[in-house]
Amino acid sequence: MHQPTTTPRPSIYYDYRIYPFETAPEQRGEERRHPIVIVGAGPIGLTTALELARHGVASVLVESECQVSEGSRAIVFTRRSMEILQQIGVTDRMLETALPWRFGNSIYRGKRVFRMEAPQDDDDRFAPMNNLQQQYLEQYLIERVQQEPLIEIRWGTKVTGINNGDQGVRLDVDTPEGPYSLEADWLIAADGARSVVRQLEGLRLEGDSYSGNFVIADIRIDIDRPTERLAFFDPDWNPGNTILMHREPGGIWRLDYQLPADEAPEQALAPESLRKRIQAQLDMIGVNAPWELDWSSVYSARALTLPDYLHGRVLFTGDAAHLLPIFGVRGANTGFQDCQNLAWKLAYVVQGLADRRLLETYSHERVAAAREIIAEAGKSTRFMAPPSRGFRLLRDATLSLSLSESFVGPLFHWRTSRPHDYADSPLNVPMDDNIAFGAGPANGAPLQNLRFGENDYLFDHLPAGFCLLYFTDAPTLPAELAAQVEQLKAKGLPLDVLTISRSGEHQPVGLQLADHNGHCFNRYGAQSGSAYLVRPDQHVCGRWKQLDFDALPRLLDRALLKQEES
Amino acid sequence: MTNPNLSIQDLETVYDTLAESIDAAGPERETLFLTKLTLLMAREIGDAERVLALIASAQKDL
Repeated sequence: MHQPTTTPRPSIYYDYRIYPFETAPEQRGEERRHPIVIVGAGPIGLTTALELARHGVASVLVESECQVSEGSRAIVFTRRSMEILQQIGVTDRMLETALPWRFGNSIYRGKRVFRMEAPQDDDDRFAPMNNLQQQYLEQYLIERVQQEPLIEIRWGTKVTGINNGDQGVRLDVDTPEGPYSLEADWLIAADGARSVVRQLEGLRLEGDSYSGNFVIADIRIDIDRPTERLAFFDPDWNPGNTILMHREPGGIWRLDYQLPADEAPEQALAPESLRKRIQAQLDMIGVNAPWELDWSSVYSARALTLPDYLHGRVLFTGDAAHLLPIFGVRGANTGFQDCQNLAWKLAYVVQGLADRRLLETYSHERVAAAREIIAEAGKSTRFMAPPSRGFRLLRDATLSLSLSESFVGPLFHWRTSRPHDYADSPLNVPMDDNIAFGAGPANGAPLQNLRFGENDYLFDHLPAGFCLLYFTDAPTLPAELAAQVEQLKAKGLPLDVLTISRSGEHQPVGLQLADHNGHCFNRYGAQSGSAYLVRPDQHVCGRWKQLDFDALPRLLDRALLKQEES
Repeated sequence: MTNPNLSIQDLETVYDTLAESIDAAGPERETLFLTKLTLLMAREIGDAERVLALIASAQKDL
């Protein structure tokens, strides 16, 4: 009998609420066949369910606990993540609380030796980084799920077994009212770093673990400093190691510090050990305010991924699929990109619009992204947590030089999570005009946001399915194109046209947007008649200087992998 | 940009100054000092290929 705790987790600032277990239909003797079951109701599982619902597909979330995650965990959400979360309708709520920011500082011997500015364009709606505790994000996602009839969350339901067959998946679970099984066409494992599904399937992650443990600790304290990343190198109280500080909403600060090589996690989390080190850090930066600990945890840096995220009828996403280096806020931010990529593909397979080969592209694209992240973050790790004497010497030499020489500044550069270009994706249309464009996102890249006016951006208007972005000097899109699109929609194909018109003679309405000064045309390298074909995850899969309307059905087939590849 | 040949006098000056600087840095800091110096010189040479070739030369007969 699975008995999850129904006592709200302790916190000095967050009110955990309990979501009670409810008897499942199967436990009342009702037979059910679910199109999709998602294991894990963390940020990635919840986002997957909301994305699937956005495409009209129902899912059941199975969650072992009866409340949101303990502690603030993932606290920095990138612009790309906000763009993804905007499509499922939670960003307004997030921004009521979240702290946006752009600047990062590297400090050595009390001197700021490097300052990094993440770019912010007029065309961007969201700031490069947005700080919000994970409990709040999960809460907002759950509130959104509760408004969505296509999604059911089963709390207090723990996975104990799985049968991954050709015809479907049987998931065995245990609950406060005893065990039962769910039958599903597809199973998505979003159950995190210690994924039970991954273990039950006998799958091993591949890659490296870095040596070195880190403590993260949240304290409530009044520090009068702006919301900027602070990285302290080799402080006297923690020689050779690195400390990070981030501001969170509600007067909470995150401290993140490296432990000495020989120290055990239990030692590090002992209250007196935490108190001493946190106080030493505050003393060093000259902060004299009282503080209180909310939460602490130890983690280690890993760089691991499954080589394949699709196994029979089971799909892996987020930390269940990979464990990424901590530097550069890559955990949840990578997970959002994963599940957004996955959801539309699985939705279209479930709806009969595409076959299993479309799902295989999810695995190819996102495993490649994970490998790229591992390589890139490895560079940051060499600097933030040097793995050998040689790297430590070079790091220390750089720190010393940074006090008087600016040329070593770039070595402090903080590489952060960014969206990936699926430049080699089989979903990209070959033989289009991709290379002829002098500007704009290329095939495989995500759309650039565009500002149309006060509080009005391109990403506010995107349809759920494929989007044909059509640029024209006429007030409306050509009748011929409109007819083509209507025909495709009548066949059940998920395509909408978003028109960007330069004519100045029309009122923007619905999917017709007005480019008053040609700025959007310029940013996209477009002329009248140009078009971009955009996937439901906002990545471009084809672009034409002059779109041939008759080719549209064939292009969409290609993007769904419906044609045999020659 | 660089003078390929140090005069014997200049070579001896560099030699002596390096030795004295290593002594001044002390055993705890001498490697750090030399690493910094290497980075500064690499920047001065300004050509990664040449620097890597010099690293290879220095690795011989250790």
